[in-house]
Amino acid sequence: MKILVTAKRVTDPDAKIRVKADGTGIETAGLEYKLNPFCENAIEAAVQLQEKQGGEVVAVTIGDDDAVQNLRTALAMGADRGIHVKLPDAQMDSDLAARILVKLFEQEKPDLFLLGKQAVDGDSNQVGQLVAEYLDLPQACFASKLEVAGDKLTVDRELDGGMETIQVGLPAVVTADLRLNTPRLPTLPNVLKAKRKPVQELTIDALGVDPALTVATIAYEAPPARKGGIKVKTVEELMDKLVNEAKAL
Amino acid sequence: MKNILVIAETFQGKIRKTSLPAVTFAAELAGKVGGEFSIALFGSGVAGLAGELTGFGAKNVYVVDAPGFANYLGGPWAKAVVALAQQAGATAVAAVSDTFSRDLLPRVAARMGAGMVSETTAIVGDGAGVKFQRPMWAGNVLGTVEVRTPTAVFGVRGTDFDPPKATGGASAVQNASIAFADDGKATYVKFEPTVSARPDLAEAAVVISGGRGLKDAAGFALLNPLADMLKAAIGATRAVVDAGICPNDLQVGQTGRVVAPQLYFAVGLSGAIQHVAGMKNSKVIVAINKDEEAPIFSVADYGLVGDAFKILPELTDAIRKHKGL
Ligand SMILES: Cc1cc2nc3c(=O)[nH]c(=O)nc-3n(C[C@H](O)[C@H](O)[C@H](O)COP(=O)(O)OP(=O)(O)OC[C@H]3O[C@@H](n4cnc5c(N)ncnc54)[C@H](O)[C@@H]3O)c2cc1C
Repeated sequence: MKILVTAKRVTDPDAKIRVKADGTGIETAGLEYKLNPFCENAIEAAVQLQEKQGGEVVAVTIGDDDAVQNLRTALAMGADRGIHVKLPDAQMDSDLAARILVKLFEQEKPDLFLLGKQAVDGDSNQVGQLVAEYLDLPQACFASKLEVAGDKLTVDRELDGGMETIQVGLPAVVTADLRLNTPRLPTLPNVLKAKRKPVQELTIDALGVDPALTVATIAYEAPPARKGGIKVKTVEELMDKLVNEAKAL
Repeated sequence: MKNILVIAETFQGKIRKTSLPAVTFAAELAGKVGGEFSIALFGSGVAGLAGELTGFGAKNVYVVDAPGFANYLGGPWAKAVVALAQQAGATAVAAVSDTFSRDLLPRVAARMGAGMVSETTAIVGDGAGVKFQRPMWAGNVLGTVEVRTPTAVFGVRGTDFDPPKATGGASAVQNASIAFADDGKATYVKFEPTVSARPDLAEAAVVISGGRGLKDAAGFALLNPLADMLKAAIGATRAVVDAGICPNDLQVGQTGRVVAPQLYFAVGLSGAIQHVAGMKNSKVIVAINKDEEAPIFSVADYGLVGDAFKILPELTDAIRKHKGL
């Protein structure tokens, strides 16, 4: 089985993000970058499938020059080779990312395309579904369990209100939720090995993708801050505040 | 985006109330761009529910009722929604952001050639220059976006738009004949609902969430008597769900449910940004944590530093007395 999997570079998920004073973006000084947590789950799933039944795992990142570092993490987790499409986030929306990935899908012809369900920077949760529609493929989004039998995939999906199971025929698009697996930490030997794995660099010009955006973020601001609260010392004091001040009980 | 089609969702044979703030969004957008909106209902055996949607000022309530729509599948449903949008002359499609619409709407957008705004929290400006706001980076950033395509798709944050108001008028109910185009590429197998006698997280006026500080299922169960008395929904952090103590759909946060109740109790949870993203718009927040430095205190209106195992029984007692139970 051949699997294509995403490896997006994102700001550290636990970093406190601040907006630039002029509203043109976020303050990047001192920020660390990581592999998108949901992509880690997707990569782990891809590598586990490969360990079970062989085949090839191709990891792809779309991002600035530094995104190759995060692609290397995917290679250190076990992906066989990488594709780096050079395009900074600021020039991208979900739709453009999807159209780039559609081109790569057509080039690579994988049996399965695994993506993270969302990226923790843009939080859009669109790309997998867009790709599936553009390619007229079945999708299984928010996957928390995945089983392959022949050319069919059985997927548990985490939904509001319960757990759904669907079956999709291959090729298919699957987006990973956090409970799909526990992503492995790359070992040092694998990190070193990853440095020698092939990475193909591409541009959207070379891929023949139109750079036009469908949705453009034109300003960034900090959300209104909650005004600071108080600490109470006892349950009685808390009750008094909830009943008499907040009138919440 | 002058003609907006709102997708109303059904769940287990009923209209999902939490899907209706999208109607409020559509009415506001229609007002600002000088347009109109309609509501669509898809499903099997749902025609009888249409009457619940006719009082909100929609031009039409479209019903697509066929056995094929008994269960959701992304591909065929996206085809059906776009077919209805074309029949209805709709240039925009909107639905409240939940796992149903997050799965469906991007496919609809791709099929319509429309730009999609996820988790829309506000409409800014009006006319041709109308723009939209949405949270990014787990709600630490508010982005203003413009849609550059003639058609548009909107995921709507349910907590940022009110439930729709009754307008007095009656929308025309239209039965749309749209076939379920099964391509055989995906099949529904089963759905295991989370069984609970408590209100849904997104609908409850009071939410009580517990975190890793409650240790195990027995500790987490200390929230039950409090929730019973306050008719509250119970929520959890990812840590608790990952530990198998709670079903996944009780996870509140960036990647779970987004709630904004009148009163939110955060018990034994640290207040990680991913959790806070799902509850910081609650009206009143109470935090109980033994660590006075826990980040949750910076968003709480009332913080109580101490051991939850000692405080919870006391609080339960105090509320019981207050309620005269
Ligand atoms: C991509 C991504 C997405 C995520 N999405 C979500 C999400 O949607 N929702 C979510 O919740 N998390 C999410 N997380 C996880 C998040 O980062 C935190 O790890 C998680 O919220 C921590 O859960 P917690 O507060 O229960 O546990 P901890 O952070 O371990 O906090 C436990 C707290 O309990 C307190 N405590 C311990 N004992 C007691 C006691 N006896 N009495 C009182 N207090 C006590 C401690 O002081 C501590 O503050 C996500 C993480 C990632 C990377």
